[in-house]
Amino acid sequence: MSEATASHEGITGLVDDWAADKQAYHVPWGKAMMWIFLVSDTFIFSCFLVGYLNVRITTTQPWPPQSEIFALSFGGDPIPLILIAIMTFILITSSGTMALAVNFGYRKDKAKTFWLICATAAFGASFVGMQAFEWTKLIVDEGVRPWGNPFGAPQFGSVFFMVTGFHGLHVSAGVIYLMWVAFRVKRGYYDDKGFEIVEIAGLYWHFVDLVWVFIFAFFYLL
Amino acid sequence: MAYVPLADRDHEMELHHPHTWIGKWVFCQDHKVIAIQYGSIAIFTGLVGLVLSLLFRMQLGFPETADFIDPSFYYQAVTMHGMIMVIYLLTALFLGGFGNYLIPLMCGARDMVFPFMNMLSVWVFLVSVIILMASFFVTGGPTGGGWTLYPPQTTLAGTPGHDMGIVLMLISLAVFIVATTMGGLNYVVTVLQYRCRGLTLMRLPLAVWGIFVATILALFAFPALLVAAIMMLFDLLLGTSFFMPAIIESGTPLDHNGGSPILFQHLFWFFGHPEVYIVALPAFGLVSDVLSVHARKNIFGYRMMVWAIIAIGGLSFVVWAHHMYVSGMHPYFGFFFATTTLIIAVPTAIKVYNWILTLWEGDIRLNAPMYFAIGFIFTFIHGGLTGLFLGNVVIDLPLSDTYFVVAHFHMVMGVSPVLVVFAAIYHWYPKMSGRMYHEGMAKLHFWCTFLGTYAIYLPMHYLGFLGVPRRYYALGSTDFLPASAQDLNTTITIAALFVGASQLLFLINIIWSLRSGPKAGPNPWGAASLEWQTPDTPPVHGNWGDSLPTVYRWAYDYSVPGAHQDFIPQNTPESEEPTVDAEHFDPDTDGSKADV
Repeated sequence: MSEATASHEGITGLVDDWAADKQAYHVPWGKAMMWIFLVSDTFIFSCFLVGYLNVRITTTQPWPPQSEIFALSFGGDPIPLILIAIMTFILITSSGTMALAVNFGYRKDKAKTFWLICATAAFGASFVGMQAFEWTKLIVDEGVRPWGNPFGAPQFGSVFFMVTGFHGLHVSAGVIYLMWVAFRVKRGYYDDKGFEIVEIAGLYWHFVDLVWVFIFAFFYLL
Repeated sequence: MAYVPLADRDHEMELHHPHTWIGKWVFCQDHKVIAIQYGSIAIFTGLVGLVLSLLFRMQLGFPETADFIDPSFYYQAVTMHGMIMVIYLLTALFLGGFGNYLIPLMCGARDMVFPFMNMLSVWVFLVSVIILMASFFVTGGPTGGGWTLYPPQTTLAGTPGHDMGIVLMLISLAVFIVATTMGGLNYVVTVLQYRCRGLTLMRLPLAVWGIFVATILALFAFPALLVAAIMMLFDLLLGTSFFMPAIIESGTPLDHNGGSPILFQHLFWFFGHPEVYIVALPAFGLVSDVLSVHARKNIFGYRMMVWAIIAIGGLSFVVWAHHMYVSGMHPYFGFFFATTTLIIAVPTAIKVYNWILTLWEGDIRLNAPMYFAIGFIFTFIHGGLTGLFLGNVVIDLPLSDTYFVVAHFHMVMGVSPVLVVFAAIYHWYPKMSGRMYHEGMAKLHFWCTFLGTYAIYLPMHYLGFLGVPRRYYALGSTDFLPASAQDLNTTITIAALFVGASQLLFLINIIWSLRSGPKAGPNPWGAASLEWQTPDTPPVHGNWGDSLPTVYRWAYDYSVPGAHQDFIPQNTPESEEPTVDAEHFDPDTDGSKADV
């Protein structure tokens, strides 16, 4: 992960790092701060998912069939989960462009870094757009509301809007964050300071992707 | 905010030096100003909580003398008192106040890693306090559901503040969590990545260790409260049923079904139990430093003290359901949580023994901070022992929701941390203000507070054994309670009014000494840790003048044989003074015995 300047590997190296003066990790403070923030955020999403699993057990009505509700028809028979599959694919692709941006950032190739971050942000924005489409379809066409729905347990709608909404806010915040970093890369703000900020923004972005994988698995597949 | 690469710390940090009055004192990025802002807001909010407690004690001690205290107001006062004291006073004061002030100074840093976000933290905290206070002025008043906010009770029409009050409370908590996260990231990363040359983690003062581990707990425990608050807000505002089962209210079924009130209890206590240690661990750390300095002796068993803090922090995440023994959970869960709860007593007892052994054969200076620190040892042992009672399922069941529980948690996480707050404020006041407080008034404040709180909480244990339930507006006449229970209640109220009034001594002392106290000098206690070695008193923005300090030893070199004075500052090189820190410890020349 980091270019460890410690002379030892493994456990001994870990002990050396933690016993060192000045800093415990050989990383800039911004990266350490992002790590710790993401662990904290992991607790938030874990609590959301545990809460979801809990109400799914306690609710007295049957859980609605997700594969039918989240199906989409392109003229022919409805295909289950097709929109979610596309959204997941887009988000994972954006992780790839983000990784490339980090790479080009460290090579100080500002133009490529800028465009790759912009591409990542664009993928993120399209993800949010598709989520808005999905919400509209559920609310307008299928009558799903946070307090109830025609398919079964009212907790289905509650959890859906709460968890995907919270994740969507994370993606939207990430898009803004990425645009801000991209703008500053282009302006040459990091020429002297170094391009670790691209990697730090990337950590956040990969985390948001990873959370989506869990939401996808727990909410759409389970 | 600028990202500053500091992989090589020989580069100086970029500090934002303001030139306007507003930049220096209002929107300030200096950790010391932020600390004082945090502390002032917290203490002001705490005074509101104190007055609320006196009001509801009035009702309990002298029923029907103050007719504006009706049952609704009583429950609102009890609820707001609890929430204010736990979250907005103690958490904010220990992490935001002492954490902000001491971490950069004790780590030899110029400021927190991210001063701008640190500044945002205190302003967001102020917003959360304003939202909280606003709930006193909305229709229905603040929530009266008890500080644990258990649904469905808090949200049903019979509970005061079930409409706007609870909504504002939850929003205020969510905003507070944002503030704590912004501050907490700063504290943790500053300790990990921003120490000065020579300052290893195992040379940090225990105050930093306590605040550091407590902040990690805060970062990992507050998410559960945030999620619980969001879910309950959904229940209240959108009509969802996360926590609401099917309920019939006054013959009419509500629009909820299928939710789980127990889920809220789990989320709340997954936050709530670490919260106890978010308050306690900074207190442990601060009191260790105060004891060591005023006993002129190194802290006994420094490494064990550090590991005990870490162990308590870790264990605090696996004990939460001991608050829920009466919720009807499976007996095997009760067995598990009782076991983990009692295991926590081991590292805690290590800490208590080490405090006492620090005093053993010390050259004790009975200054006011030392009074409070020794008082803390008494109250903490007391509260800790009643914790062993309540940690056992079979003893907890009859005592649950009685005054015994009230007495227990007030001793262990009310009185004890507050005594440390006073010890720490008196101890660091000369550094913060440059002036000395009035010693006699501080000692009078100690005796009033210490004896007064015992007069309040010792009788409460007895009331608890009698079976007096907590949170009751009035005892009324029952068969199982003797009439003398009410007399005891009156006594407790008189003691509470006395303790409340005696806190004026503290406020007067602190405010009067700001201008009129004698000049303190840079290091009035002869303390070895780094914050007393700053070139200016009070420290100026940037803390360290031209160059950062270099640390050569731990923070507890007191009464070292062969040294020139009875303490050796952390930044004194080995070439000038002998070294007996933990890494070079030689039991034959134990620094604790000053037989030069």
